[in-house]
Amino acid sequence: MSPVIKRKGERFTLSSKYLLLILTILCTLMMLITFGTDVFNRPFNTVVGYVVVPFQQGIGKLGGWLSNRSEELVQIRTLLDENARLKEEIASLTEENTMLQQDKYELNTLRQLMDLSEQYEEYNKVGARIISRDSGNWYSSFTIDKGTDDGLCIDMNVIAGGGLVGRITSVGPNWSKVTSIISDNSNVSGMTLSTQDNLIVSGDLKLMAAGCITFSQLVDSQNMVVEGDKVVTSNISDKFLPNILIGYISRIDKDANNLTKSGLIVPAVDFEHLGEVLVITDLKQTVSEE
Amino acid sequence: MLRKVVVAIFVLFSFILQCSVFDKLAFAGIIPNLMIILTSSFGFMRGEKEGLIIGFFCGLLSDVFFGNFLGFYALVLMYIGYLNGKFSRIFYPEDIKLPIALIITSDLSYGILCYILLFMLRGKFQFGYYFSHVILPEALYTIVITMFLYPVILKVNEKLEAREKRRAQKFV
Repeated sequence: MSPVIKRKGERFTLSSKYLLLILTILCTLMMLITFGTDVFNRPFNTVVGYVVVPFQQGIGKLGGWLSNRSEELVQIRTLLDENARLKEEIASLTEENTMLQQDKYELNTLRQLMDLSEQYEEYNKVGARIISRDSGNWYSSFTIDKGTDDGLCIDMNVIAGGGLVGRITSVGPNWSKVTSIISDNSNVSGMTLSTQDNLIVSGDLKLMAAGCITFSQLVDSQNMVVEGDKVVTSNISDKFLPNILIGYISRIDKDANNLTKSGLIVPAVDFEHLGEVLVITDLKQTVSEE
Repeated sequence: MLRKVVVAIFVLFSFILQCSVFDKLAFAGIIPNLMIILTSSFGFMRGEKEGLIIGFFCGLLSDVFFGNFLGFYALVLMYIGYLNGKFSRIFYPEDIKLPIALIITSDLSYGILCYILLFMLRGKFQFGYYFSHVILPEALYTIVITMFLYPVILKVNEKLEAREKRRAQKFV
């Protein structure tokens, strides 16, 4: 009789040692295969999309409803004050707006004269709700409640409140996973808005609690970049669309090599309190390698 | 059959709880690891085989949703379930010390393993920082949750075992 498979009565059973060995080999194979390709992702993503995601959506809605109710009770008084203040602000802003509109009209006519195209293209966006976050404490990613059924695909950029949140790294029929730029395994190619100097923005687990991300490899020989400068996604990034706001530089250090600089960036997005995000459905145009 | 359904419900329920409800209950951005509680308690209650199978599926679920490639968490949790199963011979339902000790050891070793494979290999060597800010808080929070979750798992397992025993006697 074979030592691997024991015949116990009528049923075949597999000893736990051999099961462990088989599953270890299976896991290793899966890791090797999925490291480069995404063969398994489609079926797995579809299955969990129908089993797990509906529950997450339900819990997310319930949790959102409960926290809204509790916030409502607490905030009515402060909201009344804020309302009065905001009304004043609206009055002043309306005035400012009319003036700006006049300026814009003038700008448009001038642009037409100069035959310049719009400076920034308007991207197409889809709103999505966050339904769950990473089950571990090491990386920072979350899932949203829209997927291929809504026309999303891998590498689409995700923004919220005018700033970059991250990009889609895995997608199922009714959900997608977004890896945020504060995650320790994320790197974004960015540039300073004022001087157009390129730099690399990386997430860091150590700084996550402080709400910062790091940047490095900033070549700034003229010493023109100062604290408070805006950092946007660069033109040369192959995943991120250009000119999306990442954050503001809060500290600059000179590297030991005396050529480049690194430091800290405060992201434009409040990652602690993200509820809804916008997915840009335009993809960065890349040159296909042939 | 009933056992499989119940365990599957347990796994799904804890996973959903872990990534949606505990996100709101996070202390200093740290969430507890319900998958470890489930894997290791079924490991020492039911033996190596059940531990490793439950660990495999718990890990696979995390992999599909949040892993960068499939199989990593599945592998780690599978071994944790298997090793916990080794202790099923000295496990008694009345004793609470062994389960607590095993779960805390499992979570610490899970954290250290994740650190080594995900961070140290990328050149992030400040082990002290990661240990005191991620691994240890996660283990402590997990233990607090264990106090509530473990009695439920134990009760359900006892009910299932009693039912299986009854059915086995019926056939004799």
